[in-house]
Amino acid sequence: MPFNILVLSCLAYVVFLFLVAWAVERRADRGGLNGRLAFLRSPLVYTLSLSIYCTAWTFYGAVGYAARSGLEFVTIYLGPTLVFVGWWWILRKLVRIGRQQRVTSIADLISSRFGKSNLLGVIVTVMAVVAATPYIALQLQSVTLSFSVFASPTNDGFAPPGAEATAIWVAGGLALFTILFGTRNLDAKEQHHGIVTAIAVEAVVKLLALLAVGIFVVWGLAGGVADVIARIDASRIADWDLQPGRWAGLIFVSAAAVICLPRMFQVMVVENADDRHLLTASWAFPLYLFAMSLFIVPIAVVGLERMPEGANPDMFVLTLPLAEGQGALAMLAFLGGFSSATSMVIVESIALATMVSNHIVMPLWLKVLPQRAVSGDLRRLVIFARRISIAAVLALGYAYYRLSGGSAALAAIGLIAFVGVAQFLPAMVFGIFWRGATRVGAGLGLGAGFVVWMYALFLPSFGPDAVLSARIFAEGPLGISWLRPYALFGVEGMDPLLHALFWSLFVNTAVFLIGSLLTFPGPVERMQGAAFVRVFDMDESGPRGWSRGIAEPEDLLMMAQRILGDDESLVFFEGEAKAQGKAGYLPDPTPEFMARLERRLAGSVGAATAHAMISQLAGRATVTVEDLMAVASESAQIMEYTARLESQQEELTRTARALSEANEKLTQLSVQKDAFLSQISHELRTPMTSIRAFSEILTEGDLPPEMVANYGRIIHDEAKRLTRLLDDLLDLSVLENGTVQLNLELANLSQMLDRALQSAGHTRPERSFMIHRDLPMENIFIRTDADRLVQVFINLISNSRKYCDATAPEMRIAVRQRAGRVIVDFIDNGSGIPKDKQALIFEKFARLTDQTRAGGAGLGLAICREIMANLGGTITYLPGQRGAAFRVTLPLRLERQAMA
Amino acid sequence: MARAPAPLFLRPASYRRRRRRDAARLLPFVGAFLFLLPILWSPQETARRDTGPDGIYLFVTWALLILLAYFLSRALAAPGEGDDPEAEGGAAEDEG
Repeated sequence: MPFNILVLSCLAYVVFLFLVAWAVERRADRGGLNGRLAFLRSPLVYTLSLSIYCTAWTFYGAVGYAARSGLEFVTIYLGPTLVFVGWWWILRKLVRIGRQQRVTSIADLISSRFGKSNLLGVIVTVMAVVAATPYIALQLQSVTLSFSVFASPTNDGFAPPGAEATAIWVAGGLALFTILFGTRNLDAKEQHHGIVTAIAVEAVVKLLALLAVGIFVVWGLAGGVADVIARIDASRIADWDLQPGRWAGLIFVSAAAVICLPRMFQVMVVENADDRHLLTASWAFPLYLFAMSLFIVPIAVVGLERMPEGANPDMFVLTLPLAEGQGALAMLAFLGGFSSATSMVIVESIALATMVSNHIVMPLWLKVLPQRAVSGDLRRLVIFARRISIAAVLALGYAYYRLSGGSAALAAIGLIAFVGVAQFLPAMVFGIFWRGATRVGAGLGLGAGFVVWMYALFLPSFGPDAVLSARIFAEGPLGISWLRPYALFGVEGMDPLLHALFWSLFVNTAVFLIGSLLTFPGPVERMQGAAFVRVFDMDESGPRGWSRGIAEPEDLLMMAQRILGDDESLVFFEGEAKAQGKAGYLPDPTPEFMARLERRLAGSVGAATAHAMISQLAGRATVTVEDLMAVASESAQIMEYTARLESQQEELTRTARALSEANEKLTQLSVQKDAFLSQISHELRTPMTSIRAFSEILTEGDLPPEMVANYGRIIHDEAKRLTRLLDDLLDLSVLENGTVQLNLELANLSQMLDRALQSAGHTRPERSFMIHRDLPMENIFIRTDADRLVQVFINLISNSRKYCDATAPEMRIAVRQRAGRVIVDFIDNGSGIPKDKQALIFEKFARLTDQTRAGGAGLGLAICREIMANLGGTITYLPGQRGAAFRVTLPLRLERQAMA
Repeated sequence: MARAPAPLFLRPASYRRRRRRDAARLLPFVGAFLFLLPILWSPQETARRDTGPDGIYLFVTWALLILLAYFLSRALAAPGEGDDPEAEGGAAEDEG
């Protein structure tokens, strides 16, 4: 097939995936995946996304593996089968912990379990990157190989580029795709619906491709099942010897890898949308593996028979259909292999980039610039760090591919990576089942296992004299013979892979256990240990690490906005405030709220970083060992009694808080009402007095006409002032009774704002005001009562003109649409409204200052609130915007029946 | 955390539910045993090689395991599963 057509079809395929991912992301942004697209969150997609376990190593390498070592290849799929069939043991717990603690990666899980220790996060991240590098190189190599196989027989004078050039194009393209979709936004809880769906599509493609080749081989080339079995017994695969050690060891290591591989952890735990999906995956994923393995041996056998001596068995899936002249089938197989490689690389690099940015870049940044925790845009930094990390991970993979020469058999590289990630197993499994596991033990165990793996398997994989000299292989370092990489402690004659697996995991586990037994965990560690091990018994109660009331809620809100974004954090804070029985956006900083906030932030930047950031505002976590002891020593009855009392008390507290808020408001209102009564008598009396005085003068008669005119005008002006005041009062009472007539029409928001700005310009015209607007967003049509809405806008803008105390006053008008509602924010740069006054400003007669120069009677915002209620919307004060900020929310289309 | 003393004997519905969970816990061990069985009958030295029968044995076992897992997951997903009033916290004690 001509090379450029091949490239074109690859590109077309990638563009197709891109569109799938894009469409799903867009749907997910717009109010979730409900209705017709609900299946995208179904157990089916979850199971298919798990299939990134089957990389190009499975797709191409398994056949090669079978050609070399017979049925041994199947162990790589038997291990995961056992893990999934036994999901009740480990996976169920992992997924629940992942959801409850908002775990972002396997490094985050381990760091969070052992007291949110960032050092552990760093260790796991480094290990994962080192172990994944050869694996990514393997994917690049297989895509490159398949390109060269496919593209070589051309005779149109076009020479396909060399392997290096292909590999670099593939690596670059993958980096681009991953960056575009993996880091589009800093999602809460790190989920990527678009990518997951694209990967599910790729899973279907690779399964279909392998099945198609298999069916073609069994019923097309061979004569059916019986014939294939006969051929298997006749082929050289039948000479295969089952090595008991390797058989059991490989089943074990693949079982460990399916839990510990960063990409598997990503799709299995982090992207999990519902615990119950595991129920389906427990049988469907083994079924997928079964289907993928079914035709491997037949393909290998028929390939060995038909292909010329010396043909690379790793490429039989592709070369066999090509040699038989089945171009379309070969193309399908090619796309299947391409899918396997790309999906693996995409998810792996996302998982690794999350780990690198959360555990290396962010902590470094916070250490170098601690003040950045409370100022500066962190979201952009995190996303930028992820993008760089994705590119770096792929670059590392490419470098490994170039250095290793891309010659080793596919299966060998994959197994090296498997043994590497299996080092996470002791820390993870003991961590979720044993409360006695400690940070020191985990760190030492991981480190020891990693060193043994590096020394006994990873470095030797480059061959003698590449990294380790041939002398070290033969005599050991410095002539110490019991340290030879392939014969540690004098154990000779073991299979190198098994040897490394055994020693690394043995040393790892032993050091981990001894370290845990000898050390004493810190308080946070013990809390986290209890939360992980007893995840099914504990709802989110239990001791909390933060003390009450040190942090200012407004500071917390500002920090949350930098990580979660404005909207999300406002929604979160509002919900928390509501749960506490408070109105507005600022909940009390109770320990429970702080813990939930920390967990929420951990969903974006990892547990360790979130913990560190909150401690900068709230001080160190104040829980002590004594606190934990006190909790633990109380007897069961007391605990239960307390729990019941607590829940009652909590309810009482909530009611009391609501009552005291109401009471406070009432008292203040009563004071204000008295003040207003005297105010309004005053306001009514002043014009009345002058009207009376001047009209008395007029009735005396015989005045010069110009004086009559002058006095008449004064009387008229004063009467006008009276009327305006009475009009306002009347307006308010009409609005409050709901008897107002609304004049519904379609109106352009931008034009309404224009009108409002023009009218409000008459207020204090001597002040120059800078207005920032977002014209494209404003250009929407709203069905509402335009005059009333403009009245609200005028009020807000002229208030700002009156009260904004900045020397260079500015106002930003931001417009957004969300779920059929329009949100308009008016934010100025003044000093804002003090917190104790925020609850009052919308009340009638409320006035923040006693300055009468402002001229109003304190009715403006009260009228605004009533108007918005009549328009089916709301107006609220937005705290934490560094100035006075008001948010007007109204429906895009106001229906008549909704007006009542 | 505190909990009321668990009842010594369970109602039939709760009892069945817990046995289903026991079955789910048992299944991987059954699978592991079956998958490791070839080690016993295929010591390295046998002259007779039978990759075909071995392969058939493995794939049939595999399919069987998947089938069992399927029925178990159906049973575990049955309505009522999960709201076992007698099961709170009592993961694997005596009868439950």
